[in-house]
Amino acid sequence: MRNLFFALLGVFSVVFHANAKVISVGKSKQFTSIQKAIDFSKNGDTVMVFPGLYKEGNIIIQKSITLLGRGYPVLDGENKYAIISIKAKNALVKGLKLQHTGRSEIRDLGAIMVYDSDSVSVINNILDDTNFGVYVQNSKKCTIKGNSITAYGKDEVQSGNGIHCWHSDSLTIIGNKIKGHRDGLYFEFVKNSLIEKNISTMNVRYGIHFMFSNQNTYIANVFERNGSGVAVMYSKKIHMYKNHFLNNWGDAAYGILLKDITDSDISGNFFTENTVGLHMEGCSRIKLSRNTFNNNGWAVKIQASCDNNDLTKNNFTGNTFDIGTNGSLVLNTFNGNYWDKYEGYDLQRDNIGDIPYHPVSMYSMIIDSNPAALMLFRSLIVTLLDKTEKILPGVTPENLKDNKPVMKKLPL
Amino acid sequence: MNKILKYVIVDIVRNKIVLIYTFLLLLISLSVFNLESSATKGLLSLLNIILILIPLICIIFSTIYIYNSAEFIELLVSQPLKRKSIWISLFGGLTSSLCLAFFVGAGIPILIYHADLTGIMMIATGLSLTIVFVSIAMLAAGMTRDKAKGIGLSIFLWLFFSLIFDALVLFFLFQFQDYPLERVMVFLSFLNPIDLSRIQILLQMDISALMGYTGAIFREFFGNGFGIMFSFVGLLLWAVISLLFSLRRFNKQDL
Repeated sequence: MRNLFFALLGVFSVVFHANAKVISVGKSKQFTSIQKAIDFSKNGDTVMVFPGLYKEGNIIIQKSITLLGRGYPVLDGENKYAIISIKAKNALVKGLKLQHTGRSEIRDLGAIMVYDSDSVSVINNILDDTNFGVYVQNSKKCTIKGNSITAYGKDEVQSGNGIHCWHSDSLTIIGNKIKGHRDGLYFEFVKNSLIEKNISTMNVRYGIHFMFSNQNTYIANVFERNGSGVAVMYSKKIHMYKNHFLNNWGDAAYGILLKDITDSDISGNFFTENTVGLHMEGCSRIKLSRNTFNNNGWAVKIQASCDNNDLTKNNFTGNTFDIGTNGSLVLNTFNGNYWDKYEGYDLQRDNIGDIPYHPVSMYSMIIDSNPAALMLFRSLIVTLLDKTEKILPGVTPENLKDNKPVMKKLPL
Repeated sequence: MNKILKYVIVDIVRNKIVLIYTFLLLLISLSVFNLESSATKGLLSLLNIILILIPLICIIFSTIYIYNSAEFIELLVSQPLKRKSIWISLFGGLTSSLCLAFFVGAGIPILIYHADLTGIMMIATGLSLTIVFVSIAMLAAGMTRDKAKGIGLSIFLWLFFSLIFDALVLFFLFQFQDYPLERVMVFLSFLNPIDLSRIQILLQMDISALMGYTGAIFREFFGNGFGIMFSFVGLLLWAVISLLFSLRRFNKQDL
């Protein structure tokens, strides 16, 4: 009986192997057209594409196959078409170079379009001059990994997003490099996903933009020099760890803008050289801990509409303004942070300052209500006002204070 | 005229105060650059010092110098010399020696630690501030023959430009909060040489983006070559106009 079982297993595996063919595409190969090879293939086959330039319009994959590029064959969309459309289970696209997708006002055209699919993987492709890069719609458990996605977008209306996900679940997006799109990463109604180690730079609008996307985790991504930084809205249970928000410098640029984000955890991130490092509006129950705010204009702008947020053990160094706010109502707590502007003392030598630190300066309140007061930036009168206010708080919210500021920079 | 200029310069350079001023500046700039973690931060700290110290020293030293050389001026006036050339040489002597002091004291450290456009801009504005405040001092000294009153006036003028003017601007801002004041601010900044220099340097340091719309307006106006030229013309006008007024007064004055 046992032997029979193994024999049967052996037979099945041979049959399976016999089924999983490799179909080659290229000049002087079995097929010269990728689409024909795909049409010929069956579930489980591999379509191997050899180097060359392929102009086939829109290639459609509706089977569980692997589309594998050898030495980065070039698939050209001739500025007219979406290049690959996938509507399948377990399909894999790997090692292709896709370039010059079309642009359309009516339909979203992109290099790799994934519709209503399950477990599709898009790995190690090079996308150049694309409208949308990878476009995922209504799909589950897809993996987008190690792609390099470049566009040359000039304005918001004319360009698409690098990785665009809509109404999807359990996506894994790892190690992609995205550049020059409208939004580097875009999520709408996406949940339970992991976004890790992506680099999103120099996009026209946002490095990452998500709305109504709950329970996602963002780890060790880099968002640098995007037109307006990063904006995320209307989501719950967001986890952000060890991300870098760098050099988003401009009139309306934010390291990250949080609007109506609730029950989230943002820790270990780096906010460096942004006009506003972190902007919070209508946020509740967010834990902000162990973040580093360095050389920003405003490190944190926390609007009075935020409540129950908790800033603990963060480092604030070299920021022009540590905290900005727009009202006197304070429903958030600040505890145990390091502030380089703290001038208090520590008699017990327990590394906790003995007097509270008020991180909101008078001038930042003035600027907030009256932006034209910029003219007095770094003038003697402003310095004097700030000092007076520190001693006798009148205008700045008295309750916005760190009761236990630490004396030494936290090792993060 | 050249001879008087030479006498004045030699006299001032020999004066211990200017030497002390030079060393003070040198000490401050070197320590600021060495203490701060980055050269840019050092430059920012230096900016605050320069904007307060230079006007103060220049205006008070020049006023006192003019009063102290009253006898020398009387002697010169008794000679066949034009009053205009006496006054201009005094101005030239004061500015050149104080500019030299600034350049040695602050300019050289800036060039050593931060020799880029921002640093050069800082030196240029420091030199123009020196010139402006020497000529304002000459105006103040020409106003009255009473030394105490004259020095009081010059101290008041320093206080006005570095503090009171900004306080008035702040007051004005809050009174007219509901109006778009961005462009008015650009105009107002021309009414105070210290503000003008400060904004000019800060814009070079790319902090303008910090301040939203107002910053954009400021950068649009001051950020390009034309704006820089325009603001230096503004500073020059301050120097020239107050010098001309003081000269007119000196011409008519009964010594």
